[in-house]
Amino acid sequence: MSLSESLRSVTSGSYSVSRLGEALAKQSRSVRWSFGAICILALYLLPWWPSVPVLGWIVETPGTSFPSVLTDQVVIFVLVALGLNVVVGLAGLLDLGYVGFYAVGAYTVAILSSQHANLPWLLCMPIAVLVSMIAGVILGTPTLRLRGDYLAIVTLGFGEIIRITANNVEWLGDSRGISNIATPPSIGPLKFTVLDAKPYYFLGFTTILIVIFLLRRLENSRVGRSWNAIREDEDAAELMGVDTFKFKLWAFAIGAAIGGLAGSLYAGKVQFINPNNFPLQLSILFLAAVVLGGAGNMWGAVVGGALVAWMPERFRGFADKRVFVFGVALVLVMVFRPQGLIPRKIRKERWLESWKPSTEADLGGKE
Amino acid sequence: MRDWLIYKTFWDLTVTGVALGSLYALVALGYTLVYGVLRLINFAHSEIFMIGTFASLITATNVLGVPMLEAGQYPYRTGFQLVLILLACLLGSMVLSGAGAVALERAAYRPLRGSGDQFGAVVLAFVTAFVVGLVFFDTPKSNLIFGIIGTGPIAWMYLNIFRRGRQAPRLAFLISAIGASTAITEAVAIWGPRDREQYQTPRVLEKKTLFQLFGTDIRIDYVIVIIGALLMTTALLLFVNRTRLGRGVRAVAQDVETAKILGVNVDFVILITFVLGGVMAGGAAMMFTLVYDQSKFNIGFLLGVKSFTAAVLGGIGNLKGALLGGLVLGLAENYGSALFGGEWKDVIAFVLLLVVLMFRPTGLLGESLSKARV
Repeated sequence: MSLSESLRSVTSGSYSVSRLGEALAKQSRSVRWSFGAICILALYLLPWWPSVPVLGWIVETPGTSFPSVLTDQVVIFVLVALGLNVVVGLAGLLDLGYVGFYAVGAYTVAILSSQHANLPWLLCMPIAVLVSMIAGVILGTPTLRLRGDYLAIVTLGFGEIIRITANNVEWLGDSRGISNIATPPSIGPLKFTVLDAKPYYFLGFTTILIVIFLLRRLENSRVGRSWNAIREDEDAAELMGVDTFKFKLWAFAIGAAIGGLAGSLYAGKVQFINPNNFPLQLSILFLAAVVLGGAGNMWGAVVGGALVAWMPERFRGFADKRVFVFGVALVLVMVFRPQGLIPRKIRKERWLESWKPSTEADLGGKE
Repeated sequence: MRDWLIYKTFWDLTVTGVALGSLYALVALGYTLVYGVLRLINFAHSEIFMIGTFASLITATNVLGVPMLEAGQYPYRTGFQLVLILLACLLGSMVLSGAGAVALERAAYRPLRGSGDQFGAVVLAFVTAFVVGLVFFDTPKSNLIFGIIGTGPIAWMYLNIFRRGRQAPRLAFLISAIGASTAITEAVAIWGPRDREQYQTPRVLEKKTLFQLFGTDIRIDYVIVIIGALLMTTALLLFVNRTRLGRGVRAVAQDVETAKILGVNVDFVILITFVLGGVMAGGAAMMFTLVYDQSKFNIGFLLGVKSFTAAVLGGIGNLKGALLGGLVLGLAENYGSALFGGEWKDVIAFVLLLVVLMFRPTGLLGESLSKARV
């Protein structure tokens, strides 16, 4: 292999990550389960990683406490990327105002637990998820009939409308924001206080696991297949009898619900929100996380979300130049790995293989 | 109370609205052109506009040596000298914005179409080397030198990876655009002489009232903006509709594959599209500094979002639509903020867009760059 060929294979060939997946798929069920369990355990212990010798040097975040980077940034971004991946990656709808749903979730918790009522966080959270889901349906019903690119600008506008409304309406705490938001209830030794970020991380990571589990079920169901069909060719899907509008609305609502969930977690952690927490640029970062990881691939979304959240904190040494570096990195990744870091598996090949007649006899059976 | 206000200042609002709308329209033309040809929301177009405002500033102060203040007064110029300065600024903005658009296309979009070339590779390689240099050096100068030295080998490497001939998914273009936009904004913010502060541009034009209309003073800068936007739009329409290259642009917008088969140089046409959009944005930028006398690293963002809204409002891909959309948006924003208060300005713009799209899903005039006749 010449140098230029090997260079090209870096950008187009499969990465070791997907090879690892293939190797795992060949193993027995018990091996796979124990591998998964070890991974999950290791990730639960993530807040202690910086004190591990070599690993610590890689993951540490100079200048910011690592557990709070995990809870305030990484967990939120991963959750949001998972939710946005449903909308953008699975259903193929370009949503540039995802921060709106995130804000709706956070504000619902803030209003119900501090501003106008005194409900506990555990009760606010499902309400927040529901409210953002409803917001998704309300925004989706008129706009999902529009063509894809129009959706982008309309959703972008929606995100701005939410922020500006929160900024100008006194009932929503206007520009001063809302403080004293309720924290999640303590479970045994896990006390949710300002001082210790670790319990929030455990809560957030557990939430991520649950969301991943549910999304996987969804992806492999009739709904997931419909999304696939809509993304690949909407007209063809419609012809084949897929109710495209209904399933697009579903994608929108589910994505919005996960966004709201992330928002409620965020509000419970920081206990103080104001409209400046939800700028338009955040939507763009969310989208960048999904596409950077690989749109349509859940693991890609997880990796992308974690990277986008963690990288600027890791490279604090660049100080004010990190956003610039981030922009350049986005362009470079898109130029050299346009499918994202972990591309979506193309299922066509597998499907074709199973369809191929397995023996000669199958071919000429009736003659 | 507020109803009375809008009655009282109706014509005032109309004039400023049309002027603001003209600026939106000029920037919207760039969005609409690129969208028509590439089906891409060129997020970095707002940064091309921003570059234009800085080009105006540099031309006026550094090249022509106009001071910010002259003996405590604005450096007003009159007659031939004024015209010369304004034209020089316009030229500077147009050239730099056009060049910026070309560099953007070559470096951030063309490699994604699978036809990356040397120029794009060099730009990307330089930026990469520059970023790597950030790790080792603190001063911009040594960084720059390191960047230039590193460009060669990295560009060679990039060129090798480039020639895939494969089209990237559409989302990748959008993210690349967002990345480029972020990088350009931040570069100006970091290495500009005044960091993230606002820049003032020298006020060479005395903003006199030219004449009165319906009891409202019509200022000269508004007149220049409105007439300038009309002239530039007309020139663009003539170019796209009447020239051979313009026919190429329309052909590619209609059907890339067929255009290619019929011998249209698609990459060149796309380049021309970006140049046209950049020049329009440059013109808008110069007129923006004329009216508002300022610039800032993030000045393009909101204006860009609004201009894209204007393009969609009029029907994306439709040049006349961009003009109409810009004007409607500018007027609606002005009337709306008088009625509901300035803090709702942006909400009004987006609600208007939502309402229009619900009743006319392809915008006010429909999408038509892709159709045979514009």
